[in-house]
Amino acid sequence: MPRVGQDLRQYLQLDSMPHVWCPGCGHGQVARGLATALDRLSLPLDQLVLVGGIGCSGRTPFYFNANAMHTTHGRALAFATGLKLTRPELTVITTMGDGDTAAIGGNHFIHACRRNIDMTAIVYNNGIYGMTGGQQAPTTPRGARSVTTPLGSLEPPFDIVQLALAAGATYVARSTTFDFDELPTLIVDAVRHPGFAVVEVLTQCPTYYGRLNELGDAVAMLDYERDLTLPQEAITKEGLAGRRPLGVFRREIAPEYTAQYAELCARQAARS
Amino acid sequence: MKLIQGNEACALGAMRAGCRFFAGYPITPATEIMEWMARLLPPKGGVFIQMEDEIAALAAVIGASWGGAKAMTATSGPGFSLMQEHLGYAAMTETPCVVVDSQRGGPSTGLPTLPAQGDVMQARWGSHGDRPAIVLTASSVRDVYEITVAAFNLSETYRLPVVLLLDALLSHMRENVELPEVAVVDRRKPDSVEAFQPFGSTAFQAFGDGPPLVVTGLAHADTGRPRASDGPNLERMLRRSIDRLETDREAITRYRAIGLDDADHLILTYGITARSAAGAVQQLRADGIRAGLLELQTLWPFPERLVADLASRVENVVVPELNLGQLVMAVRAAVGGAAPVRHLGRADGRLFSPEEIATAVRAGAHEVSRA
Repeated sequence: MPRVGQDLRQYLQLDSMPHVWCPGCGHGQVARGLATALDRLSLPLDQLVLVGGIGCSGRTPFYFNANAMHTTHGRALAFATGLKLTRPELTVITTMGDGDTAAIGGNHFIHACRRNIDMTAIVYNNGIYGMTGGQQAPTTPRGARSVTTPLGSLEPPFDIVQLALAAGATYVARSTTFDFDELPTLIVDAVRHPGFAVVEVLTQCPTYYGRLNELGDAVAMLDYERDLTLPQEAITKEGLAGRRPLGVFRREIAPEYTAQYAELCARQAARS
Repeated sequence: MKLIQGNEACALGAMRAGCRFFAGYPITPATEIMEWMARLLPPKGGVFIQMEDEIAALAAVIGASWGGAKAMTATSGPGFSLMQEHLGYAAMTETPCVVVDSQRGGPSTGLPTLPAQGDVMQARWGSHGDRPAIVLTASSVRDVYEITVAAFNLSETYRLPVVLLLDALLSHMRENVELPEVAVVDRRKPDSVEAFQPFGSTAFQAFGDGPPLVVTGLAHADTGRPRASDGPNLERMLRRSIDRLETDREAITRYRAIGLDDADHLILTYGITARSAAGAVQQLRADGIRAGLLELQTLWPFPERLVADLASRVENVVVPELNLGQLVMAVRAAVGGAAPVRHLGRADGRLFSPEEIATAVRAGAHEVSRA
């Protein structure tokens, strides 16, 4: 459990502060979850590469004392794939938003899930495009307002967990910024998982999603997150009743790509 | 001597240059390059991966380059269009990598199996914003091998994405080739890891080889940290990398000259069209017309001074190319009023015959004599 006041500054790049996130934004809580996870993992930070996409979440790598690769919109996983294949000994974690992951980067995301390369994708899902000013995302719930759906969204949203499961990710979990204690545990678990791991984090955007949908301030949005979700172990015979389940949905050991590739190279080299 | 295909020569050149990462997506007429790399890389411990699209292919190449590997992708027009986003990213992040574009008739799906030279301007200006660019081309299977190595060498020397333009015919053509000896340039490592600034010089540190690095497509300081609202800093960055090429323009410029010493008529062309032009020079000279050929192997940065000097010594200039007028714009700008410039273009998937080029030179000569 993260201690209140725990000093995580050694993991942070304080020169890059103040960060770009709005007051009350959940991304700082996700970053804290990641910093807490790094503290437990005891990884050498020069052997860790944080690969960000574009958007509020994509800025996360700048605020850490590790290697940072801030890439293009939607494509963090494609960059990470080339890097990890070249340097399997490095730990690679991507930070992407929901639009980054499921709209412009949807193709890269499903193929990364399918390949099972030993990397971790943290998906910050706030249900809206924050950096560009509150437009509809592929995760915006039906009926929810954004500046491009002022009368409510007509589109069924993507469920990132279901998408990752269907595409074959071998570790899939979901948490929220309300679940302050759980998130670092899941990130540690995901990074240690020897394969492709997806951790979706529901995070609040009080500036756009909250304001446009009259959900109140950041604290009220955390309550909203709590009420929107249900830990899997708390699911009763009444089922989810429209709430989104939390926790680990899959943890499966399957052949990992870089290990298989190394074997293939060794076999070829022996033959030639 | 060995009978090899243009695309095979490209793969062999890449391996010779030390390429150890290839990511691609199948596309005619470039696919054999990736097929060869899929066979050649694993025994050397290199990485081959087929990605989900061309956008991802160049992203993976850039990721691999920051892992320290010499890296390449190969595609054709439609894939090259998709790669523009990451050509810009590679330029902004000063990432060495090689992008091969085997040109086919366009726009769009166009003429998938027929040659063209329609990507000359896209290779220079296709991504948004200003950037330094090195674009090479070749006209024979042997040259493809040698110039692929040159593409890697330049890319590693200047920390840039280098584009090599082939075409459908050259890619699929087979010639008997004696592969030449080539020099290979390796990536320059920082002199001191502690005092190293990741941007601002052509030395390169990969992820994991020193203190943590910051790499971003945002405008950034020499430390790599973003300076997203600092316009003058961005312009300084751009001018610095453009100036590096400007300073070395002569060294970067590769060309082949035939009969230029006493030429009255200059044929200026590149790539597969240079083969027809060489035939035209022979025919014209047999008829007593002193024609010469400048075959450019470096298209960008455009060798303005070389072209201007030659133009000042001839009566007319003919520029044949398999498009409706692309490199000719740079030729006209360089020549100014020194000599009339005649463009000979086509976009029908066919090559020029030597006769067609010779006829254009004769017509030019006739006009000059009437003037």
